Amino acid sequence: MIELVSAEGCITCDKCIEVCPTNVFDRAADGLPVVSRQSDCQTCFQCEANCPADALFVAPQTHPLPEGSPEHDEEHLRRTGLLGSYRREIGWGRGRTPGASRAIGPALSPTGPPLIS
Amino acid sequence: MTLTADVLVAGGGPAATWAALKAAEEGASVVLADKGYCGTSGATASVGTGVWYVPPEEKAREAAMASREALGGHLADRRWMARVLDETYERVNELAEAGRYPFPTGPDGTPLRNGLQGPEYMRRQRIRVKRAGVTILDHSPVTELLTAADGSVAGAAGYRRQAGRSFEVRAGAVVLATGGCAFLSKAFGCNVNTGDGALLAAETGAELSGMEFSNAYGIAPEHTSVTKTAFYNYATFYRAGGEVLEGAASQGGRSVIARTLLSEKVFCKLDQADDAAQRAMRLAQPNFFLPFDRLGINPFTDPFSVTLLAEGTVRGTGGIRIVDDGCATTVPGLYAAGDAATRELICGGFTGGGSHNAAWAISSGSWAGRSAARFARAVGRGRQVSAAGGAGLRPTGTSANVDVVEVIRTVQAEVLPYDKNYLRHGDVLRTALKELDAAWDSVRSGLHAEGAGLVPARQAAAMVAHARWMYTSALARDESRGMARRLDRPGLDPAQHHRITSGGLDEVWARPEEVTA
Ligand SMILES: Cc1cc2nc3c(=O)[nH]c(=O)nc-3n(C[C@H](O)[C@H](O)[C@H](O)COP(=O)(O)OP(=O)(O)OC[C@H]3O[C@@H](n4cnc5c(N)ncnc54)[C@H](O)[C@@H]3O)c2cc1C
Ligand code: SF4
Ligand code: SF4
Repeated sequence: MIELVSAEGCITCDKCIEVCPTNVFDRAADGLPVVSRQSDCQTCFQCEANCPADALFVAPQTHPLPEGSPEHDEEHLRRTGLLGSYRREIGWGRGRTPGASRAIGPALSPTGPPLIS
Repeated sequence: MTLTADVLVAGGGPAATWAALKAAEEGASVVLADKGYCGTSGATASVGTGVWYVPPEEKAREAAMASREALGGHLADRRWMARVLDETYERVNELAEAGRYPFPTGPDGTPLRNGLQGPEYMRRQRIRVKRAGVTILDHSPVTELLTAADGSVAGAAGYRRQAGRSFEVRAGAVVLATGGCAFLSKAFGCNVNTGDGALLAAETGAELSGMEFSNAYGIAPEHTSVTKTAFYNYATFYRAGGEVLEGAASQGGRSVIARTLLSEKVFCKLDQADDAAQRAMRLAQPNFFLPFDRLGINPFTDPFSVTLLAEGTVRGTGGIRIVDDGCATTVPGLYAAGDAATRELICGGFTGGGSHNAAWAISSGSWAGRSAARFARAVGRGRQVSAAGGAGLRPTGTSANVDVVEVIRTVQAEVLPYDKNYLRHGDVLRTALKELDAAWDSVRSGLHAEGAGLVPARQAAAMVAHARWMYTSALARDESRGMARRLDRPGLDPAQHHRITSGGLDEVWARPEEVTA
């Protein structure tokens, strides 16, 4: 679920509010997105993929994490390289190559083509 | 807010975007209304899919068609398979050329086009739809259809949840591309898929087909959402003590996992993948690795516990019944595409791991969009309309006090458990159906929602309806065929080589339908 919105990193572009398929965010008076309906989060990582500032973190768990979890610690997420990692891997963001163009996976059968998704 | 258009497309995934593109190409004015955000919403946008993309060479096409006939219980139709292979091939090439999707190139220089990364594919589809002049309404779930005096479909109404107001689109024809139904199981990208299209269609008298093929379950690391399953072909499954779980496999042994999960945890390691495969897997499916990397698990060496999440008709094959080559339903002016429609025509009663769903979404979307545009041109504008929605909107009784959250919990209790929906037994299905019928009666008579509350109320009603068509059809199929297996009716009965059509709301029915070529 969505576990972190970095007030420091966010450039208040509204992108996450717009793209979240299940409408989890609202915009606060100061322009920052707030997680108003975390229980509606479907853990799809779309907000993170679309955040131009790497200011969001979606934990893989489909239940909310307890307060004080490392997933709420921006510094930790930055240090471990997790913040912004999905975006990096799919090659989104200025100067990056779309991951789709190098997505050549293994073939699941000896005669089959390589998986590319 | 009231808009007028030739064609209204409900949905925002692949089927909807192809429908919108092709309707616009036909010269129609098009509105696309998505519950979420067109570009990120729906199964494909988060998941990515293999695509049934087969070059037009006789041998390859023949092999592609033959490979799945038995798995699907011989309910598919060769003519439809051939059409879908043709259409998908052309559309995927269009996506490469006009859409500039960055397909990879194989080591020998050949372009590879048999799969699509979800986020990349759907962001490009959004751009293309916008460029085609389509009006996109995001965060605008459609909640009911509008019909003209002669019963034909003439638009839809819905609620714009970020703007906080209702909307209406008067249209000459409507394409339902709202996806399948995964019952809010949190399977990857699927919580927008609550079967709304099927309810809307049934309320205008449309029929469904293949609803017994609705018990798909995807493997995910426990407590996560990522149900991408291809790489579990490299897995060995274990019990807690470390011994191998005999018979368990992603393909052909998933029910063993389900049965075991009823009483104990199941663990897994992707220990069949060599170094080269491991590296390549990361490139092909970065989203598959999200849970592992974020939980600090090396899936190739560390055993991790797994779960199975219901994907219902998303990776099942049942949906709204199609009656012609343009994906018309039995109701004039109403078209269905993608997971909202039945996929039996090309894969019978089984799809898992098949690429057929993606090919179907592309092809059926394109056909539905084109034929809806032509239909709209013929009917013209300015028809009198009336609203067709029932459950949750216009209760038949006076008792109120129906709690939507409670209704959802009731449906989920009947469709998510492995020992009800996955490992099906006639007695269990009959008991479940009684509960679901009762839930429908209370929703139909007492649930009345307005404004923002309309959306969850209609989702709840849609899920109850979906579950009843599923189990009624599962009981009507008194054998095991495709994914519709019954513990009490093992084995295929040649006498039941037919499809099962279903429908109805207050009275749900199912009848056999001949497989035509
Ligand atoms: C984990 C997983 C892996 C898969 N892998 C493959 C694969 O490898 N190959 C393959 O062929 N298929 C695969 N599939 C299936 C494939 O994703 C679907 O068949 C495909 O997404 C169907 O496209 P669609 O447009 O019909 O539905 P979706 O992509 O689900 O889109 C449905 C859209 O409808 C919208 N919507 C829903 N209700 C309403 C409403 N009331 N009003 C307006 N809009 C609404 C949603 O917001 C969404 O935008 C997979 C599915 C899953 C879950
Ligand atoms: S993970 Fe998906 S559902 Fe959750 S907040 Fe982000 S975009 Fe929304
Ligand atoms: S997408 Fe990122 S930068 Fe934009 S509002 Fe959301 S958190 Fe802030």
